[in-house]
Amino acid sequence: MIEFVVEGLSSIARYIIPSLLVGIPFYALAVKKVPVYEVFVVGAKDGFTIAVRIIPYLVAILVAVGMFRASGALELLLDFLAPLLNLIGFPAENLPLALMRPLSGSGSLGLLTDLINTNGADSLTAKIGATMYGSSETTFYVLAVYFGSVGVVRSRHAIPAGLFADAVGALSAVYLCKLLLF
Amino acid sequence: MLNYIWFGMMAIAVAAGIYNGTIDDVTAAAIDMAEVSVNIAIGLIGIMALWLGIMKIAEESGLIRVIARGLRPITLRLFPDVPADHPAIGSIVLNMSANMLGLGNAATPLGLKAMEELQELNEQKDTATNSMVMFLAINTSSVQLILPATVVALMGATASDIFITTILATLLSTIAAIFAVKVLEKMKRFAPATVPTAAASEEADHD
Repeated sequence: MIEFVVEGLSSIARYIIPSLLVGIPFYALAVKKVPVYEVFVVGAKDGFTIAVRIIPYLVAILVAVGMFRASGALELLLDFLAPLLNLIGFPAENLPLALMRPLSGSGSLGLLTDLINTNGADSLTAKIGATMYGSSETTFYVLAVYFGSVGVVRSRHAIPAGLFADAVGALSAVYLCKLLLF
Repeated sequence: MLNYIWFGMMAIAVAAGIYNGTIDDVTAAAIDMAEVSVNIAIGLIGIMALWLGIMKIAEESGLIRVIARGLRPITLRLFPDVPADHPAIGSIVLNMSANMLGLGNAATPLGLKAMEELQELNEQKDTATNSMVMFLAINTSSVQLILPATVVALMGATASDIFITTILATLLSTIAAIFAVKVLEKMKRFAPATVPTAAASEEADHD
């Protein structure tokens, strides 16, 4: 049953992008008589400026995150947090991924791959890890790109709110997998 | 906030680098990541151009407005300071739909378009509005209906096991994000500076 839903959704997803690429210009051209080629080019022009505009923000965030990862500071934080989280039933093996997820997409994918290879895709550890990975985003990267693209530097409550949601997501992944899968 | 986090991450990295004897890796990472950042941004140019072009067509043909109007009851609550038929709502809705379907490549350009439109409504261009923070928080908590392709590839046959747990976890984290934004935006320490001080406006002049 679940396999069916998963497969159904992914096969629908395969057709979405091509349908949008054809469907939107079709509607515009046939129904509204919009000169689609000319309008497309006008819109596409912004692609370059936006991509270039986010460079300084990306450099700032990714350099700081990269240094933090390379220093091994995360491991020190792990030693400190593991006993605390053990108290609430948070498995120590899943903690590195939970801490890495908001910081780095490639870093957390590496950790997930490692979890699956060492424990097997069938293990609770791997399932918790995959749920964690799939249910949240690289908060700092998204913030740098989204706010950077419009030049917003004062992020106000964005980081506390984002990290709170990440924490809720990670805890939910642990408890949901424990409850529903084993 | 970002000032302290940004500096803190680098300061902790250097301190931990000295303590762990990984200071050379820290230096290398700083230089590597500076280069990686530019590659990421340059890599975005083409895909951004494609989606922004298609979005412009959707906008000119009135499609965006139709979508925005349809979802008015929800968006009005989440983004009360954005007028219901503003193009930002259309872009936000499209970005969220792309995210839900796991279309990351399309989601980013649509999200940046939404940001640009939210910025038009912003009176203090360097400060995030409540709607911007709400939009970002919903984005980073990642509402998803489809597992990321990477996870499916890694998990193989067991991927369907985590389908339900992932959707539920993402749902809970999105609810948490909305809740956190609504609570925090009322707090004084996160309030946008209403009257720019002399020092702040002087600083702005130098940019």
